[in-house]
Amino acid sequence: MAEKHIDDVTGVETTGHEWDGVRELNNPLPNWWRWIFYACIVWSVGYFVAYPAWPLVSSYTKGMLGYSSRAAVAAEVAMAKESQKVHLDKLKKASLQDIRTEPELLNFALAGGRSAFNVNCSQCHGSGAQGAKGYPNLNDDEWLWGGTLDAIHHTITHGVRNADGEQARDSAMPAFLKDEVLEAAQINDVAEFVLALSGQKGDAAAAERGKAIFAEQCVSCHGENGQGNAEFGAPALNNGIWLYGGDKETLVETISYSRSGVMPAWGKILDPVVVKQLAIYIHSLGGGQ
Amino acid sequence: MNDTGTLPDVEQIDVKAVDHKESGSLYKKREKIHPKRVNGTYRSLKWWIMIVTLGIYYVTPWLRWDRGPGAPDQAVLIDLPGRRFYFFFIEIWPQEVYYLTGMLVMAGLGLFFITSLVGRAWCGYACWQTVWTDLFVYVERWIEGDRAARIRLDKEPMSASKAGKRILKYIVWLLISVATGGAWVFYFADAPSLAIDLVTFNALPVAYITVLVLTFTTFTAGGFMREQICIYMCPWPRIQGAMMDEESAVVTYRGDRGEPRGPHKKGSSWEGRGDCVDCNQCIAACPTGIDIRNGLQLECISCALCIDACDSVMAKVGRPAGLIAYASVAGEERRRRGENAGVRMARPRTLFYFGLWAAVGLFMIWALISRSDLDINVLHDRNPLFVALKDGRIQNGYTFKILNKAREQRIMVLSIEGLPGARLKVVGSSDSGDDATPFFTAEPDRVHSFRLFVSAPGDIVKSDSMPIRFVLSDQGTRARAQYDTVFRGPGK
Repeated sequence: MAEKHIDDVTGVETTGHEWDGVRELNNPLPNWWRWIFYACIVWSVGYFVAYPAWPLVSSYTKGMLGYSSRAAVAAEVAMAKESQKVHLDKLKKASLQDIRTEPELLNFALAGGRSAFNVNCSQCHGSGAQGAKGYPNLNDDEWLWGGTLDAIHHTITHGVRNADGEQARDSAMPAFLKDEVLEAAQINDVAEFVLALSGQKGDAAAAERGKAIFAEQCVSCHGENGQGNAEFGAPALNNGIWLYGGDKETLVETISYSRSGVMPAWGKILDPVVVKQLAIYIHSLGGGQ
Repeated sequence: MNDTGTLPDVEQIDVKAVDHKESGSLYKKREKIHPKRVNGTYRSLKWWIMIVTLGIYYVTPWLRWDRGPGAPDQAVLIDLPGRRFYFFFIEIWPQEVYYLTGMLVMAGLGLFFITSLVGRAWCGYACWQTVWTDLFVYVERWIEGDRAARIRLDKEPMSASKAGKRILKYIVWLLISVATGGAWVFYFADAPSLAIDLVTFNALPVAYITVLVLTFTTFTAGGFMREQICIYMCPWPRIQGAMMDEESAVVTYRGDRGEPRGPHKKGSSWEGRGDCVDCNQCIAACPTGIDIRNGLQLECISCALCIDACDSVMAKVGRPAGLIAYASVAGEERRRRGENAGVRMARPRTLFYFGLWAAVGLFMIWALISRSDLDINVLHDRNPLFVALKDGRIQNGYTFKILNKAREQRIMVLSIEGLPGARLKVVGSSDSGDDATPFFTAEPDRVHSFRLFVSAPGDIVKSDSMPIRFVLSDQGTRARAQYDTVFRGPGK
């Protein structure tokens, strides 16, 4: 094996190996370090017994103290819910108007509504509630089904055109081409009229023709001036806000084949207090009436 | 050198065999130092500084300052849960922590300045390690006696009286340490209430743990580690070397006057010999146990106790004081050449340090004076950037926060500049209406957060980003806070 070699300068034994004339001193570990190391070993044995430690094939050693970090998290969540209970009870009892006018309740409801929105609603309505094609923008002041607190609350609770309940918002726009109510040329004229209604440039002559068809077919739901009707969920056609698009091509498509967006009945999925908070939150987004 | 007498041809060379192991060892076991008591100018100066600094430290948490109902009445308080720092009439919010930064910068620059003038005066007079070690050594001297008595006591075998002295010493040290740890926690909570809580075991665990840790560190550092901290642990000595130059006044042994040294018999002449009588009092008085006659050393903390010791010996043998004195290297040069040694305090280095220190100080004073007690922060919604409304108006959403740093309720009005025809709408504030200037009530010492919507006619919004300014004004005091942000639109 390696020969014993004492270093000249320090008097310390070297490891016995030499690399290109370089040797390494072999000083023993200081005692205090060595004993702390032994203490760590003893500690770890105790730890293996007391706490979750070793993986098994499809499980793990659970430890005698029965600690689990998942259970610890669950306990913390339960504690948080407990501390929120005071406010949640108040919200349960208060009416929507009350919540809106009381700053403390309002702040709590807004925060709860925001987090519930992010979890449940943002997938369709967008992370900032700005919507997308076919999914309404909740920040503006145009509401298909009404923008008062109660209307919003109803829409969230019962949803739109779903099979779940009789209280769901429901309406059916005819598919004028598919159902052969109008011909393509007529649809073109109506589309031109809608362009004119909403202040966009178009064919004035065609719009003139479309006006008559509009008065016959569309006014009953969309209103005389195209101002929309929240009872039927009929959007206003006389402004720049469009759910599917306001260009000629999209308008033709909409009139020809109709639209019927859907929304779940959140009242069946979420806690009533959460739905209340959502209503408060949506109403506060900038367009609430 | 030894005189062998009977063998005149052999010269005995005074040399000590060098033992490999010892000379190569990098480890030197600590020898306990027993500084001897001295009296003199610098000793008195040290006592005064100790009384003042310890006095400030222990007494300050108990000073009171009335701030009105609902506010803490302690003059100096670091309120961590409430996120405030109180210093007499000054109240700092957490985002103003730069005041603390400024103070630390000034402390650093001040240290550089002092060091460039008088060397390691911080180390020798004001450093808490020196002050507490000095205090602990004083207690040790009071209970166990002066240097000679303590050395004897160390060598004695354990006996009832030795044990008794040691235990009494440790008890007094422990009391001082607990008081030190206690004073520290009193800065972080109301002192009278916390004091009662501590003794009735009602205080929070963190308070007890802090007191315990500081007791342990004070006891160990002042009782046992002492100069080991100065020599091995503290980074300041190594930095201060860079702050000193040849004009800095440091503790200097005047070798040209003192050498050649040797014992002096009373009545004999002083001709052909130096003033140093080799009494070694300077070494005995030194808290770090060095010989200043070897010159300025890392271990010398510039406490000047050796000056006092030497001066008193010089007085006894009838020689002038100042064999060891505060002197600068260049000054000594000049003195040896026969010129006036002089003290060059105003030099580029000192003026630079002082200038920087003063500049930071003035800036902080200005910042403090111009500090407003009303602040607003406006965060523009990023998602969506803007919303088109039914009637063609464009609407932007903002979250804005009012920071009311005053201690009374305020009514404030919000207005907007840079957007003609703008309308402001605030969510929830029952005081506000849907008009151009909503108003708010802000509670004292609080941050209020609101959702704000600004809408403008579509034709006003010409580009995709217009600069606007929110102005919040206090109806009562006419205080104003403003915030510049943008109004986003569809753009072209």
